Amino acid sequence: MTAPAPLTDSFLERVPLLVRDFITGWFPEPIRWVVAGLLAALTILLVFATIFALLTLLERKIIARVQNRPGPNRTGLPWLPFTEGRVFGLGQPLADGIKALTKEDIVPRDADQVLHFLAPVVLVAFSLMTFAVIPFGRNLVSVDLDAAVLFFFAAGAGTELAVFMAGWSSHNKYSLLAAMRALAQLISYELPLLLSVVPVVMLAGKLSTTGIVAAQAGWKFGFIPRWFVLSPWGAAGFVIFFIAALAESNRSPFDLPEAESELIAGHLTEYSGFKYALFFMAEYFGMMALSGLGVTLFLGGWQAPLPVLEVIPSYLWFGAKLMLLILLFMWIRATLPRLRMDQLTRLAWKFLVPLALINLGNAAFWHLSAAWPGLPLQAVRYAIGVAVIVIPFFLIGRRLSAGVAPRTYRYAP
Amino acid sequence: MTFAFAFLAVLMVASAGVAMLLRNLIHSALLLVLSWAGVAAFYLWAGAQFVAFAQLLVYVGAISMVVLFAVLLTRRSAGSVADVEPATFARAAAGLLAAGLVGGVLGATMLRSHFPTATGEAPKISVHDIGVDLMGPQVAALLVVGVILTVSLIGAVVIAATDPAATDKEDKP
Repeated sequence: MTAPAPLTDSFLERVPLLVRDFITGWFPEPIRWVVAGLLAALTILLVFATIFALLTLLERKIIARVQNRPGPNRTGLPWLPFTEGRVFGLGQPLADGIKALTKEDIVPRDADQVLHFLAPVVLVAFSLMTFAVIPFGRNLVSVDLDAAVLFFFAAGAGTELAVFMAGWSSHNKYSLLAAMRALAQLISYELPLLLSVVPVVMLAGKLSTTGIVAAQAGWKFGFIPRWFVLSPWGAAGFVIFFIAALAESNRSPFDLPEAESELIAGHLTEYSGFKYALFFMAEYFGMMALSGLGVTLFLGGWQAPLPVLEVIPSYLWFGAKLMLLILLFMWIRATLPRLRMDQLTRLAWKFLVPLALINLGNAAFWHLSAAWPGLPLQAVRYAIGVAVIVIPFFLIGRRLSAGVAPRTYRYAP
Repeated sequence: MTFAFAFLAVLMVASAGVAMLLRNLIHSALLLVLSWAGVAAFYLWAGAQFVAFAQLLVYVGAISMVVLFAVLLTRRSAGSVADVEPATFARAAAGLLAAGLVGGVLGATMLRSHFPTATGEAPKISVHDIGVDLMGPQVAALLVVGVILTVSLIGAVVIAATDPAATDKEDKP
């Protein structure tokens, strides 16, 4: 983290590090690394909290457009000139924030006061910790750990504990039930999530996020990026990873833990005011962190897709890919209905886990056949890689949907 | 460094001790998780990054869930206070005997094992080295652990699986 920016990079590439060195320069040498760490944490907190605020608006806007409504468009920024006080509802996040801060904070009488208070704090803390190991740009990683991927999942494990604390401490049947369901879901989907990451670690030979990004550097034939998502096992792994990430971050169609129509918002039932906002924020942080990990592991991290496009700084590429994944999250939320509990666990255990295991073997094959000579043999290798994952996909899918799909409409032909 | 170690040691021992004394099982379980997290922090302090994160992932992520689920699913009364039967001499004796046996085994092992003193500088071991070591010289142990875990998983599924004929009967009116 405290290494200086290499002079070979372009100026825009070096700007964040130069700013950091400028600020740490005010302090004496022995405590510079502490200042650098605090600065990184502060930057992550500010940047992602701002993105979170804007995402809440963007999500409402996008879902509104999908449902043919305008979405929030009244709350303006009154001090902006020439807008008559209305700019696409841009004031909405601000208004929401003020509302959440000034609302009464209600704690149920029978609730476990300490745990009820600690749950949102623990949740936000752990979901922020995961950002520490994500490389946001060429030299932009807060902590360059040797076992970074492991750290990411270890920190993510703490969020499950927070969900349990929230559900149990509320002293409410709905909260407790929902917390148990949420835990069942989180544990079920942790498995495919981890199994889809293992091939990446296997092929890159590293657990460090910067090392994995470096392993995806370069271009085949000068224009095809060597991102893992472009290999058969990588594509399959990415899809499994994304589905599991949807479930891990409680996003639709896996948002059962807080299903407002069944469990009256689940473990959040007894939370109000700013604590509720913290849960909401942690959900978005989790979504952004998992998207960031997906970008790092499968989409080449901060690498540009074409050599010519490397003039654009790496952190902008990372941001663009991150936004793409988040938009995918929102699109899916606007499109798919919520799953039932049994469908949810069945999808994880009977479909995603076997496929992820097969994909593990697929990645091993890809690794062993790397030295096959000639273009035709490489094409065969690619075809085998695709077949190994696509055929089981259809076989398992057909077996699971037997007697269920295709759906017949009795009254609406 | 010594201060950090003292802090971690006090955190670990205190949270485990308070966990034993509390009547509320959920609080005890959560404090136990804190103690485990302290162990992970200790590994981190000792420079064993991989073991620390593995400890965090396994104990804080997985084992804690097993403990919490076990507490929630086996609790009998509505209040979450542990209902321990009145202490009798036989119970106390059995407890002391079990504790003595475990302590004896652990103590004997510790006394008999030979701890070589560290030579100057700690070796720099990367995750890659650990992986190569696990897949090379230690592969037999890894396989045995894998088989044991698989067997226990299958056993759990067998115990949890219900008789399909019985459930069918219940479903039909």
